[in-house]
Amino acid sequence: MAEVSIRNVSKSYGDNEVLHGVSAEVKDGEFIVIVGPSGCGKSTLLRMVAGLEEITSGKISIGGRVVNNIEPKDRDIAMVFQNYALYPHMSVFNNMAYGLKLKGLPRDEIRRRVEEAAKTLQLEDYLGRKPRQLSGGQRQRVAMGRAIVRNPAVFLFDEPLSNLDAKLRVQMRVEIRKLQHRLGVTSLYVTHDQVEAMTMGDRLIVLHDGHAEQIGAPMELYENPATRFVAGFIGSPAMNFMEAEVSDQKAHIGGEAALPCPPGAPGGKVVIGVRPEHFALAEDGAAGLKIHVDVVEALGPDTLVHGHIAGQSEDIVIKFHGSPRFAVDSIIAVKAPPEKIYFFDPGTGRRL
Amino acid sequence: MIEKRPLANAISHTVLILGVLVVAFPIWVTFVAASHDAVRMTQVPLPLLPGGHFWENLKYAFSKGVGNAREISVGMMLLNSLIMAMMIAVGKIAISLLSAFAIVYFRFPFRMGFFWMIFITLMLPVEVRIIPTYKVVADLGMLDNYWGLSIPLIASATATFMFRQVFLTIPDELLEAARIDGAGPMRFFKDILVPMSRTNIAALFVILFIYGWNQYLWPLLITTDKSMYTIVMGIKNMLEAAEEAPEWHLIMMSALLAMLPPIVVVVGMQKLFIRGLTETEK
Repeated sequence: MAEVSIRNVSKSYGDNEVLHGVSAEVKDGEFIVIVGPSGCGKSTLLRMVAGLEEITSGKISIGGRVVNNIEPKDRDIAMVFQNYALYPHMSVFNNMAYGLKLKGLPRDEIRRRVEEAAKTLQLEDYLGRKPRQLSGGQRQRVAMGRAIVRNPAVFLFDEPLSNLDAKLRVQMRVEIRKLQHRLGVTSLYVTHDQVEAMTMGDRLIVLHDGHAEQIGAPMELYENPATRFVAGFIGSPAMNFMEAEVSDQKAHIGGEAALPCPPGAPGGKVVIGVRPEHFALAEDGAAGLKIHVDVVEALGPDTLVHGHIAGQSEDIVIKFHGSPRFAVDSIIAVKAPPEKIYFFDPGTGRRL
Repeated sequence: MIEKRPLANAISHTVLILGVLVVAFPIWVTFVAASHDAVRMTQVPLPLLPGGHFWENLKYAFSKGVGNAREISVGMMLLNSLIMAMMIAVGKIAISLLSAFAIVYFRFPFRMGFFWMIFITLMLPVEVRIIPTYKVVADLGMLDNYWGLSIPLIASATATFMFRQVFLTIPDELLEAARIDGAGPMRFFKDILVPMSRTNIAALFVILFIYGWNQYLWPLLITTDKSMYTIVMGIKNMLEAAEEAPEWHLIMMSALLAMLPPIVVVVGMQKLFIRGLTETEK
């Protein structure tokens, strides 16, 4: 059990700085998800907490102890890797027991801990097998088991589910969350999948180009994104962005069409964002935003309409409940409630 | 090929059988010669069917010497060869494993420089550097002993290079997982790298053992004491009997015995050998 504190940490490879001063405080027992597109530095940040990468500047402390110059094995952490990194020549039992053996724990203590972890993870029948005789999900669980038996202060997960198929991923997502909840161990979890991030994290750290764009609870990020990047990254399908000119409490998009804005909306040239699920069909066709329908995807509970607005560079996605029918190449008129419209600075991308 | 072509089948079988005969006939002649006595071997035509002196010749070979190598029994020469071949194979594997480990997993100044220096020694086999190597071995007082026989042959660029390639295929995450588990470098080497290279080590052992066993020039150069003779050079010495005719039946028996250990090694390690050369799953 420990809190993790990341203070103004940056990382450079030669002259190339990949993390530019990230700070975050992780509370004891919290499940933090570090999320961002590939190449944003999220794995690097996690590996710095693990001690596998050197810290160029800044400080990382675990349980109040600065760990910058402490070896990974002495940091009281356990890590689950994307490709599991199981020792291929050792049985499941030995894979889990290896760290404990090196610590010099007595035999029966090792046996007790491994068997307990195996029971938790339903691996009891597989203890004698080699990793290559296991399925992907089972390997994943062995990797988890190796982390659990160490009884660490912090769990580190580096995209642990990305090698699994979609169905298993959903199942393991829930299992990891349950396990973490029961063990109450502080966890840092890296993923590029925003669904995983939203569903698993107590709080998220959204990384973009080596900056922490926003840190907060999933719903907070969804409802109050600080930047255009966070707004576009959190939520699926992603938020729609349109260039607009705001005047008289109206956002004019592509000249004629206009969306009513809430009072106090910023004026001038802005980028407005509307989530796909907040659009609705306009009853009086004339007042709405005209969308040219390109593709209709019926998913059952929802229907996604992909379309575009004349003169706008980015396509628009709209999510309707149920299964309304739309013809391809038809024009539909939609509206959005004024309080669900987000305004961003076209230059900096910051929320206005 | 799944097609059925009787003619093609017949041809390919003929070629294979001819190949086997070409390889097997000299061995058969050796065996036949080893089973006759000295008198029969001096008469023409040479026998093509085994005679009745096989066990007698075998017993003689293990107790006494032949021809110019009369002071040392064939049994002792076999033992010398075995010790030399084992020292070379084990030594080469140990040294190459460690140097490949250093080159792949440690960052030290001139790392690539050292790698290329090792690599360049591929161009310098024993035959090329034989005089300077002899001088070094002589100055170190290693003439006429097992160290002198094996140490100059131990350094191996080929094996180092092979283990380097093997280690490069082992994912970095394994090293990282081991570091988090608390394994130091030598622990990682012993517990993870060596067991994971097991099949490659076996394959290399087969090749290196035979390489060591077949050494001729180097032992010939540095052994003057006949008790250090190895079997391969010993056979050559048996031919140089001063006054009398070569004792072909005993020489052939020695040759037959000299063939055995490599065969035992190859057959015994065949499974691991093939897996070591073909297996890619890591």
